[in-house]
Amino acid sequence: MTSNLLLKAENVGIQFGGLKAVQNVNMYLNQGELVGLIGPNGAGKTTTFNMITGVYQPTVGAITFAGRNLKGLKPYQVTKQGMSRTFQNIRLFKDLSVLDNVKVANHNIAKHSIVSSILRLPSHFSGEAKMEQESIEFLKIFGLDVYKDEMAKNLPYGMQRRLEIARALAAKPKLLLLDEPAAGMNPQETHDLMELIAFIRKEFNLTILLIEHDMHLVMGICERIYVLDHGQLIADGTAEEIRNNPKVIEAYLGEEVTD
Amino acid sequence: MKKSKAFWVFSALALVIYAVVQGLISSGIIDLYYQNILVQMCINIMLAVSLHIVIGITGQFSIGHAGFMAVGAYFSAIATMKLGLPLPVGLALGAGVAALAGLLVGLPTLRLKGDYLAIATLGFAEIIRIIFLNVDYVGGAAGMVVTNMTTWTYAFAGVVITIIVISNFTNSRHGRGAISIREDEIAADAMGINTTYYKVVAFTIGSLFAGLAGAIYAHNFFIIQPTTFNFLKSFDILIYVVLGGLGSLSGSVIAAIFLTMVTAFLANFPETRMIIYSLVLILVMLYRPTGLMGTKEITSLFKFGKKGGTKP
Ligand SMILES: Nc1ncnc2c1ncn2[C@@H]1O[C@H](COP(=O)(O)OP(=O)(O)OP(=O)(O)O)[C@@H](O)[C@H]1O
Ligand SMILES: [Mg+2]
Repeated sequence: MTSNLLLKAENVGIQFGGLKAVQNVNMYLNQGELVGLIGPNGAGKTTTFNMITGVYQPTVGAITFAGRNLKGLKPYQVTKQGMSRTFQNIRLFKDLSVLDNVKVANHNIAKHSIVSSILRLPSHFSGEAKMEQESIEFLKIFGLDVYKDEMAKNLPYGMQRRLEIARALAAKPKLLLLDEPAAGMNPQETHDLMELIAFIRKEFNLTILLIEHDMHLVMGICERIYVLDHGQLIADGTAEEIRNNPKVIEAYLGEEVTD
Repeated sequence: MKKSKAFWVFSALALVIYAVVQGLISSGIIDLYYQNILVQMCINIMLAVSLHIVIGITGQFSIGHAGFMAVGAYFSAIATMKLGLPLPVGLALGAGVAALAGLLVGLPTLRLKGDYLAIATLGFAEIIRIIFLNVDYVGGAAGMVVTNMTTWTYAFAGVVITIIVISNFTNSRHGRGAISIREDEIAADAMGINTTYYKVVAFTIGSLFAGLAGAIYAHNFFIIQPTTFNFLKSFDILIYVVLGGLGSLSGSVIAAIFLTMVTAFLANFPETRMIIYSLVLILVMLYRPTGLMGTKEITSLFKFGKKGGTKP
């Protein structure tokens, strides 16, 4: 492996009761890559995200991020290591303003203590001002600054999805994990979103792992693709390799029959 | 900044209210009976706001708040009555021990969710009550005699400090961290918020001010008894917060003022109080399920345009 390895999952698996949701997953991400993770419904994609981000502890295997074993770290600790994510079913802070949603993720860029906030010391004001300024920058990138005082729950659906990405970015990740960011969007919105993802990737030097249900969409923008089916990796490679892989075709055909 | 303007408006308002009431007291227009109601109102506001930071802000359903009030009441009374310390020291001690109790109770129980947390906090409050009930040093069931030392000035200062501290906490990165837990704990965690830490912090701050309220309460009457701090008292406090609107500090203040007045008017018919309370609650839940204010603050009613959430 080269030295710019960012994330490595070795033999990772998790069991819920008797159900082996994910087994023997080996994957790696190099710095700067945009990698897709695809697979039919229930294949274990979100579960894999949850293991990487510390929501679940894998029952077997090890995950290393930037050279550090993530075992035992809670999600917020994993986030501080430099990764953040979006959720398949949007999880915004609904009753907070759009701006405050981003500010929550900006939490750790300011260092003022609870006491300095309660006493309104100068460090509180400078810290809050810095958070406000940075958060607005993130909103601007996503065209959300006009909505900054709107409650998150009042945003149109597509904008909510964008806000989730803006919020994830505000946590200053090296690795961004996107769980079906285009779900429920129309083709135009999806197209715009993919361009936006390509843009932020360059702008912020990101490594991205993208879950997408729709194979064709991923093929367009990902350098490499992992395919999960029934909790196991059945293929990995370039879009071309994946497209022609008989196992993948079978997995997706099998799904279409049951759909 | 907008926020500092709100702060000055609040300060000016507080000063005016204080001066007017103090003037009326000095000139004898407000007699001892009404003075007592005003102090009671201040205590209830403190209790409401201190529970608001736990339930309304952090979203942790704690229903044993009277337990922390009891800790503050008894420890401040011990300080002034048994140890002969001055009242301000007694108040600080009562609040401090209550905060410590909040920390100790919060650390293990805040890992629990929803119903489990509610039951655990209720259990804690009962344990505290039963301890005071069985310790002869503080008078057991008969209670502990405490000299009346609090004045309207102490009570009002307590309210002002409680509101400033809790509102300053809320309108900061720390408060947003706490609110994000209420909104979506999993997302908060994923955004780098140490959720356990903020739950415990909010719980400890809430306990501190419940303790201060208890300490002021203890010195406003001639006796404190364990039965005062039973689960009905915890429910009273809970009702302020729910009625005012979960997440609205001004809502919980308004509800505390309103219900204190209801209680005062019904002083001669204590049985009807619970009925009125229940009716009010049922009506609010039917017609305004988010409480009087929802998550909004009263300040937002005076602003033009659409506003929501916390402001810097
Ligand atoms: N907490 C849990 N407890 C029990 N089973 C779970 C849990 N989380 C996920 N599973 C199971 O693990 C399997 C994989 O689910 P997962 O959500 O990872 O699929 P997915 O690939 O993201 O699918 P989709 O495309 O529908 O989002 C499913 O069978 C699911 O029911
Ligand atoms: Mg999924």
